[in-house]
Amino acid sequence: MSNFRRPINRRSLLKAGAASGLVLATPTIITRNAWADTNFRNDPTNSKSVTFGFNVPQTGAYADEGADELRAYQLAVKHLNGEGDGGMLNTMKPLSLEGNGILGKKVEYVTGDTQTKSDAARASAKRMVEKDGVIMWSGGSSSGVAIAQQSLAQEMGIVFMCGLTHSNDTTGKDKRRYGFRHFFNAYMSGAALGPVLEKQMGKDRRAYHLTADYTWGWTQEESIANTTEGLGWETVNKVRTPLGAGDFSQYIAPVLNSGADVLILNHYGKDMINSLTQAVQFGLRDKLVNGKNFEIIVPLYSRLMAQGAGENIKGIYGTTNWNWSLQDEGSKAFVKSFGQEYGFPPSQAAHTCYVQTLLYADACERAGTFNPAEVIKALEDHQFDGMGNGPTLYRGADHQCFKDVLVVKGNENATSRFDLLEVVEVTPSAQVTYDPEIFGGELGPYKV
Amino acid sequence: MDAIVLQILNGLDKGGAYALIALGLTLIFGTLGVVNFAHGALFMLGAFCAVAFNHVISLEQVVVDPTKITAWGTPLETRTPYIEVWLGDTGTTLLNYSVPLSILLAVPLMLLFGYVMERGLIRHFYKRPHAEQILVTFGLAIVLQEIVKSYFGANPIPQAAPDVVRGAMDLGTLIGFDPGTIVYPQWRIVYLFFSLGIIGSVFAFLQFTTFGMVVRAGMADRETVGFLGINIERRFTLVFAIAAMVAGLAGVMYTPILPPDYHMGMDFLVLSFVVVVVGGMGSLPGAVSAGFLLGILQSFASMNEVKTILPGIDQIIIYLVAVIILLVRPRGLMGRKGVMET
Repeated sequence: MSNFRRPINRRSLLKAGAASGLVLATPTIITRNAWADTNFRNDPTNSKSVTFGFNVPQTGAYADEGADELRAYQLAVKHLNGEGDGGMLNTMKPLSLEGNGILGKKVEYVTGDTQTKSDAARASAKRMVEKDGVIMWSGGSSSGVAIAQQSLAQEMGIVFMCGLTHSNDTTGKDKRRYGFRHFFNAYMSGAALGPVLEKQMGKDRRAYHLTADYTWGWTQEESIANTTEGLGWETVNKVRTPLGAGDFSQYIAPVLNSGADVLILNHYGKDMINSLTQAVQFGLRDKLVNGKNFEIIVPLYSRLMAQGAGENIKGIYGTTNWNWSLQDEGSKAFVKSFGQEYGFPPSQAAHTCYVQTLLYADACERAGTFNPAEVIKALEDHQFDGMGNGPTLYRGADHQCFKDVLVVKGNENATSRFDLLEVVEVTPSAQVTYDPEIFGGELGPYKV
Repeated sequence: MDAIVLQILNGLDKGGAYALIALGLTLIFGTLGVVNFAHGALFMLGAFCAVAFNHVISLEQVVVDPTKITAWGTPLETRTPYIEVWLGDTGTTLLNYSVPLSILLAVPLMLLFGYVMERGLIRHFYKRPHAEQILVTFGLAIVLQEIVKSYFGANPIPQAAPDVVRGAMDLGTLIGFDPGTIVYPQWRIVYLFFSLGIIGSVFAFLQFTTFGMVVRAGMADRETVGFLGINIERRFTLVFAIAAMVAGLAGVMYTPILPPDYHMGMDFLVLSFVVVVVGGMGSLPGAVSAGFLLGILQSFASMNEVKTILPGIDQIIIYLVAVIILLVRPRGLMGRKGVMET
């Protein structure tokens, strides 16, 4: 060991200075994303425009519904950029948007085709996020597909505004911080239908369920059975049918002599059209069982499906998220804009997609940033009105909208080819609200 | 017991559709040796002949009423089919019988389409491997689907049966059951008899006409028939056209049972191939009997009593039967010796 100390010279001072600088700079180089709140994926700060992604079924069984969703998205973009008559921007309250894009940036969009398949939807969404740089994407028509995209949204840190998805799981056990649903769910359908069914069909009924064998069908069957059993109805049987079965005659025939006096069709889209058409052909609606008229219920209705089922829907009860015949200012403004643009009224799928786009845009404006963590906070527990369903809450605990639900029945005296559903009752929001804990699930973190 | 009778009826009805499609499929394989994956699309095209016919005779006179405004601010339009404007009650009756009347359109169109398809595409693949035939016909099926979708949309389009056969009838009372126990849709009964009629006609045509005799001879030994100076190719082209027409007619009459959409052919295609394989490739009686057999088995497998013991059996029964038949008798139930056997 030597007591000799080397003298500090210019060279060693420079070396020490460079080394200290490197040490001090290292955390910045390695972890710059961690401490920059302003840093997020596809940050459009240096761009004159922002891009949305609209991922809808353009091929496959839901292509018509997807086409209507796309029309609504295009209309929403038009209105956000200050073109057209403004639609619901004239009725939305509170409103931070000014009709000059979002935060002064013009809104542009890209589209994708989900094919109503989870893997195709995820691939398309990934392409929109990574290649097209979308700041938000939206789309719908299947709960399985919506849930798959929601998980991707959480992984990628890009907000996904669900289109049409009705399964309890979307904002229940599979909810995500980066996913938001404006559309109602199966639980709400049950809660809204219950009182109407009791009034129209009484408390002594025997129900037979035919259920599409996937996430949405299961949750709807559970919710509707809970409701009807709560009324005192007996559930005779719950039969699962393969998705896209086509001919349902072998599942309908056993209903005839089962002792049931109500058939509940937990089917959507083509399955619903086929099962309802065939149930009516089997004479179920003309049948008298247990001294009562046999009834058929379709818990989730859409106008596009009603068109496919033709005359068979007459008098059949169900629920819907929204209908173009509503007379509130928001609905009237949207129907007018959409009808003038395309020549016919919008579907409920179009409505929810349009509203979701405006709500996201408004949240950015209120947050003053496109940073998803802040936009999410702006959407959570946000209350609004003037969008077609009365005062609405975007509940922060599960990202589910709570609003009035429409109970409808197939119109027996239609005045036009679009006038297929008659609104029987508007069930108030309070009646369909539930504790978010009942469906479990975890939203996950704000920052990913 | 009533549940069993109902499922037998269902099976016969479903089997009728399978048999009609499989009949054409096996006829084409037996004569031309072509595996035609576009056969489901021909069924779909037939169904859309009914839709197109209905669209044409339902063409509407639009009267704009400027005094009434729609919710989106345009004048209200009142629509009445021209046929009702011109022919009154006769027009209404014609509209009511739109589905059976559309057979008049479907027969020439499907014959023509079959002829053009065989001459324009299929004949170039006679001597190519089955894999290539499958690829080209499957590709054609997708093209046809997309054309139909671009014109008619993806949503099913409802077609109503004529009023007289629209409801259900109490079959039980006719065969000694209690009233109301065996209620069955009338149009499905019509369909069952229609399919039996078509199957009978095809068999009679092949069995009792000179044309049919030549075709059968060609199926047995194509070369020898050719040596006799008979243009067997031309006859086989007509067989292809007839097979297309049979599939088309099956589609037309199925529209009141299943609202047609562009994808309906694919839904039937796989099942029909299973029917052909089970019946025996190239065997007409095999295709018909396997069609009815599998239809009935599928219906029975969907009974709650069966599903309680074997959950999910309704979804696999057809394939299970196909696997068993292929293991036990690779040529199928009535397949000719040597066909698909090595």
